[in-house]
Amino acid sequence: MTWQLWLELHLHFCMLSLLAVGGALAIVPEMHRYLVTDLQLMTETAFSQSVTLSQIAPGPNILLVAVMGWNIGLQSAGGFAAGGLAITMGFVMALGLLAAAVLPSSLLSYFMVRWMHLHQHARGVRAFKSGMVPLVMGLMLSAGWLLQTASNPNMDWRLLILCGVSMVLVLKTRLHLLWLMLGGAVLGAVLGL
Amino acid sequence: MSFESLAVSKAPRSRTDLFLSFTWLGLQGFGGVLAVVQREIVDRKQWMSLSEFAEEWALAQTLPGPNVVNLSVMFGGKHFGPSGAFAALSGLLLFPGLLMLAIVFTFQTFAHLPLVASALHGMGVAAAGMVMAAGWRFMPTMRQHPLGFPLALVFAVLGFVLAALVHWPLAGVIALVGSVSCGLTWWRLVPKEAS
Repeated sequence: MTWQLWLELHLHFCMLSLLAVGGALAIVPEMHRYLVTDLQLMTETAFSQSVTLSQIAPGPNILLVAVMGWNIGLQSAGGFAAGGLAITMGFVMALGLLAAAVLPSSLLSYFMVRWMHLHQHARGVRAFKSGMVPLVMGLMLSAGWLLQTASNPNMDWRLLILCGVSMVLVLKTRLHLLWLMLGGAVLGAVLGL
Repeated sequence: MSFESLAVSKAPRSRTDLFLSFTWLGLQGFGGVLAVVQREIVDRKQWMSLSEFAEEWALAQTLPGPNVVNLSVMFGGKHFGPSGAFAALSGLLLFPGLLMLAIVFTFQTFAHLPLVASALHGMGVAAAGMVMAAGWRFMPTMRQHPLGFPLALVFAVLGFVLAALVHWPLAGVIALVGSVSCGLTWWRLVPKEAS
């Protein structure tokens, strides 16, 4: 990895941090476009695995950026086969990209919170808050769609149904998300999807 | 920084207390963090009342960045300034992050086995369904949107098409859809204030 690419990646994630209205899931489509389609630093499989694994692990969703960084660092240094150097590189990229994704928005929150408290009923703030809702909804649905496509490139109808059932169960029941993941894993393994 | 309007019944004792509390919070947050944050900070620690929490959470959601991260920064900063914000933020991310990398590491070691690959496909689409559900949860808000339901839906569909199907850069999508949507909402909000 050249230092220009390293710098570009970190600057891009700094920008994403400030664009992440609606949280980490809203920037999933952009990360997919940037890392998989444009720069080809990750394969579809690596991307979908990163997001999937970040869903079964506890912690804020933004940690998926650390998983992306880990994969990019590891692959750029030759993968697991390359040993210690690649693993170090994975850690460095995980920490670097996570910091880039979190620090700009955190600084903004830190310094804006007082101003927001004072102006939360102002027309501009209210317009921003509810004006972004449709877009955030659209972005989260696209994040879900891109994940589905990444895990199911051949559009297997059984996986499509599994995806739909998972969505309905989340909306209609209070079933713990870990059970859904476990169910998906068992069905996937048993049916050989 | 101190916010008089947010006087709380109890307060974190130290930065270490903040760090450990947010670590514990992060380690419990599977999928939905909101419920965990509420139970820990409001019910157990009593660092905020429920209404204070609702207000802080609304602010954390309005600002860009992950909601719970924003909340940790706002809360830590309120009690101990910059170092408090850093303590809460690093608590939320450090150990949960290491645990996540350990899980990823374990899975990747076995990812070449067909059975594990199939299981990951199944989990992948189940996770995709959860993310779609998170998006779908905005439906009630959309129905009461100042723009009216149909127009709000148009912007949502436009966002979906541009991001998922046309693969536009996010900056472009926000610049186009976000600005038009916020602009129209701003314009629609006038009559309400006048009445």
